[in-house]
Amino acid sequence: MIEMFDVWKTYPNGTNALKGINVRIEKGEFVYVVGPSGAGKSTFIKLMYREEKPTKGQIFLGGFNVSRIKERQIPMVRRSIGVVFQDFKLLPTLSVYENVAFAMEVIETPPKQIRPRVMDVLGLVKLKHKAKMLPNELSGGEQQRVALARALVNNPGIIIADEPTGNLDPDTSWEIMNLFEEINQRGTTVVMATHNREIVNTMRKRVIAIEAGQIVRDEQRGEYGYED
Amino acid sequence: MKIRTLGRHVREGVKNLGRNGWMTFASISAVTITLLILGVFLILAMNVNHLAQTVEKQVEIRVFLDTLATPENVKEVEQNIRAIPKVESVVFIPKAEGLKQLKESMGEKAYLFDGLEKENPLPDSYVVKTKLPQDTADVAGQIKKLEFVESVNYGQGTVEKLFAATSTIRNVGIAFIVGLGFTAMFLIANTIKLTIVARRREIEIMKLVGATNWFIRWPFFVEGLLMGLLGALIPIVLLTVSYYYLLDAVYGSMPAVQLFKLLPLFPLAYQVALILAAIGAFIGIWGSLVSVRRFLRI
Repeated sequence: MIEMFDVWKTYPNGTNALKGINVRIEKGEFVYVVGPSGAGKSTFIKLMYREEKPTKGQIFLGGFNVSRIKERQIPMVRRSIGVVFQDFKLLPTLSVYENVAFAMEVIETPPKQIRPRVMDVLGLVKLKHKAKMLPNELSGGEQQRVALARALVNNPGIIIADEPTGNLDPDTSWEIMNLFEEINQRGTTVVMATHNREIVNTMRKRVIAIEAGQIVRDEQRGEYGYED
Repeated sequence: MKIRTLGRHVREGVKNLGRNGWMTFASISAVTITLLILGVFLILAMNVNHLAQTVEKQVEIRVFLDTLATPENVKEVEQNIRAIPKVESVVFIPKAEGLKQLKESMGEKAYLFDGLEKENPLPDSYVVKTKLPQDTADVAGQIKKLEFVESVNYGQGTVEKLFAATSTIRNVGIAFIVGLGFTAMFLIANTIKLTIVARRREIEIMKLVGATNWFIRWPFFVEGLLMGLLGALIPIVLLTVSYYYLLDAVYGSMPAVQLFKLLPLFPLAYQVALILAAIGAFIGIWGSLVSVRRFLRI
């Protein structure tokens, strides 16, 4: 599903964010990416949805060679991925419903299919009753659920999350994690960068640890493994 | 692109005009002011050009023939003049006609030439016009070399100065219009850039969920086009009405004094409207597409 071969990333300012990453993530896996701040987790995530391009190496994702694709093919790759961020990235002027429907509109989904599908995913994240509210009328956890609904609405095979619980309190974080777990149970691959040791240690999924741009540990049923 | 999608882009573009009300107002004002100045210069330049053309058209070559030339010789000279490719027209002025013109030009003192009709000392002549006024000197030189041509006169010296003046006026006018046009474009691009910065997040999200670049650009394209056209509307109306009153003032009060004729309201008004609308649309579209480009690199 996702494969990286000897991937290097050097930013224009000279920072070596990644130094020779080799990894293979199978369809349906749930993977935590852990490591200290500045270790290269975000770069690792960004390479997958092609916000960044590798300096060297090959990245394959759902049939695309992400490291080689042309500029105009990028939208096609992104349609097969759902992305969730720490800061939710919701549009403040649009309602919950509109924020989710927006993701379907911009890839030119026939209007008739939009409403039922949006209501479906809003049901999944248990926010159907708040569809007409604006993001700033919701709690942080609810906002992240809207963002998750938006990531899911186009039925991607992969969900990529960059610190999705970074701005949430522990209880809310668990709510969100349970949703991710549920989504993963339905067959969606989940790759999540996180700093939340409690969650990682409790869930016991595959853990990839990145330090100084290299994978230092890759364990099934792994642990967070850092004292912080 | 599907019609439905086009409809969506137009709706979004129009909606964005309203959503960013003050910025839209600022952009449209920038277009309006620039196009107003541009329009004034355009009308000025068109009239100066018209004046220059009128003056240039009056330039002609007077060819005086040898008084000893026989009627056959005279015919031959005409054929030779017509054979020059740059010549537009040749009009024969027999010596009797020449004398009449001379007497008319002398006014009260015309009696001095009384009695010359029988033994007319003037030569026959031709009035030659060239296709391009700028070729006058060249053609005059060629005619001068012909047999039985005594002398040529086209206001040597004066004509060259006139052409130099009219071409300077034209070039300065064009330079001014081009310069103003560019200033307007940068002004508008900057204003639109500000509205786009505010929508940076929207563009970022669109990119992340897999919208194509053109899908993102289209509403901005529509928005820019509308701003340009709306910005052109006020200058077009204002200039047309002002020009109407200008013509009225000039020809209404002093019909006798007409140094040269101003261009009539129509088709000038249509031409100016078309040019301003086209420039407005172009700078609006260009401004928004240039501004959005930076944010598409995500």
